[in-house]
Amino acid sequence: MTKILLDPTGERSAPHRERLPRPATLHGQVVGLLDISKPRGDVFLDRLEQLLVDAGVHVRRYRKPTFTKPAPVDLRHEIATQCTLVIEALAD
Amino acid sequence: MTTASAPPLPDGLVVVVKRECETCRMVAPLLGQIGQIGQIGQTSLLGPHVTVYTQDDPGFPAGVGPIHDDDLSVSWHHDIETVPTLIRVAGGIEAERTVGWVRDEWRRITGISTLGDELPVFLPGCGSLSVDPDRVDALRAAFEGHLLHSRRIELADPEDEMEAMFQRGFTDGLPVVPPTEQRVLRMLQGTHRHPQEVVAVVAPDLVPATVEKVAVNAVMAGCLPEHLPWVIAALEAVCTDEFNIHGVLATTMPVGPVIVCNGPGTRAIGMNSEGNAFGQGNRANLTIGRAVQLVVRNVGGGRPGEVDRATHGNPGKISFCFAEREQDSPFTSLAVSRGCLPTDDAVTVFAGEGPRSVVDQKVRTATELANVFAACLRTLHSPKLVLAFDAILVVGPEHARVLADEGWDRERLLAELHQRLQLPGSELVWGAGGIADGVPMHLREATLPKFRPGGILLVHAGGGAGLFSAIIGGWANGAMGSEPVTRLVHAHPHAEDRELTEDRELTDQREVSR
Repeated sequence: MTKILLDPTGERSAPHRERLPRPATLHGQVVGLLDISKPRGDVFLDRLEQLLVDAGVHVRRYRKPTFTKPAPVDLRHEIATQCTLVIEALAD
Repeated sequence: MTTASAPPLPDGLVVVVKRECETCRMVAPLLGQIGQIGQIGQTSLLGPHVTVYTQDDPGFPAGVGPIHDDDLSVSWHHDIETVPTLIRVAGGIEAERTVGWVRDEWRRITGISTLGDELPVFLPGCGSLSVDPDRVDALRAAFEGHLLHSRRIELADPEDEMEAMFQRGFTDGLPVVPPTEQRVLRMLQGTHRHPQEVVAVVAPDLVPATVEKVAVNAVMAGCLPEHLPWVIAALEAVCTDEFNIHGVLATTMPVGPVIVCNGPGTRAIGMNSEGNAFGQGNRANLTIGRAVQLVVRNVGGGRPGEVDRATHGNPGKISFCFAEREQDSPFTSLAVSRGCLPTDDAVTVFAGEGPRSVVDQKVRTATELANVFAACLRTLHSPKLVLAFDAILVVGPEHARVLADEGWDRERLLAELHQRLQLPGSELVWGAGGIADGVPMHLREATLPKFRPGGILLVHAGGGAGLFSAIIGGWANGAMGSEPVTRLVHAHPHAEDRELTEDRELTDQREVSR
């Protein structure tokens, strides 16, 4: 006999979004550096900022309120509208 | 109560019977009499119109033209629990009913004052086939299956349903109970809430979980219907911004939702607060916690290796749920300390790791016990890390007796612990004791508490033998991580009570929020 079960999932299919192509050059890009507030993430990003600025790239810095929660929507919007690339410092 | 989609009953009198029932056989001869109550010459005096539905034998009772309620739809929709049931219908609406044989009631409803003179005054009826435990699940699926909105997954005959659940990624690594319509509808009997009501929005995918989806996962976890309100309350608590299940999942630390249950309902549903309270062997403890985790996995999309990035995890991430041993506790309960009443049923969720034991079998004084508790609590996660983590201290009954003998209550014990856990910065700074981690060097001269105020949650649980207690370490606390959250469990609310309870719940949430 055919068995019928109920789907236990949220029955959602996430929209598939292609990644943007990697830029051929950093020239003219605005790079956002996102500190997720893990200890010493700033050390890593400070060094990156220095390297990028030395290479003539425009850099903007951002920081999440806490690493334990997703970035607030306003912060995501701010980064998306102000930057063409973003680098996230994930961990200690 | 007659359901909205019930097939209409004809006006007049309606009687539902089954041949198997002795009382039905006794009243059967009356049914013809009711329709024809007298004779004057060649003229019959007609009584009220009688329609008889028979549940089992299509020809029973003979001579009254019974209608066979073959699929029991009439009995189901008109909520027939006992046969015989006599109903008076006027204008398509049920006016009154009586069940079994109560002579005065039958006379009043039929309007025949001499009805059943030769019969006893009273004879109880029998159970309706529509409430037969062997049939009720199938009937509910047939008549109420449309209430379930979940996608149906059809398995082929040769498919093993247990393996099919594994293959589709629905399980936590252990087999689950296949969620059939019958089982899910039975589970929903455990709550007053509508199947399509949203319980919570579940991270990480931020998907609204309906009561139905929670029930599906509760079936899979092995819950009974009476466990469902506890699962719902725990999910409501876990899916708050304060508890932050997204972060609890995503962290590399070995934590998951630890569910502490309080109130008389814990005993009513057979939860274990005594020997082996954290361990195996108790259905309520294990399945309530497991159901919560399955909802997070299946509805929220929180799976190990994906958003769940735990370095080690812990076995409690399958289920870690237990009740407080309130009946002989020297303390007010955890829920009461967080704003509930002793008569409330409540859950408190805590982002915690597995339990570790505190052993002192020679302790005889409350002071000695506070000393060993403080010494063990100090090492939580690292003896060098302070303020960032909360803990649940689960005091075992034999240790609790030592405290009770000296009149130490919750407040006294917590005050003594916090006093002992004021630590010199010189022992905590980076590098001190040859241990790299710790606090920044500028805090060398400071005195720092191991725990923030309220950072130790006290619970009484465990078996009667053994001078042991336990510590459940927490995760990053406060607004930057996870706060413990307490929610009331609404098992059997009446409408008027519910309003009061919800008012108080709002107050409670304000009080317990730090």
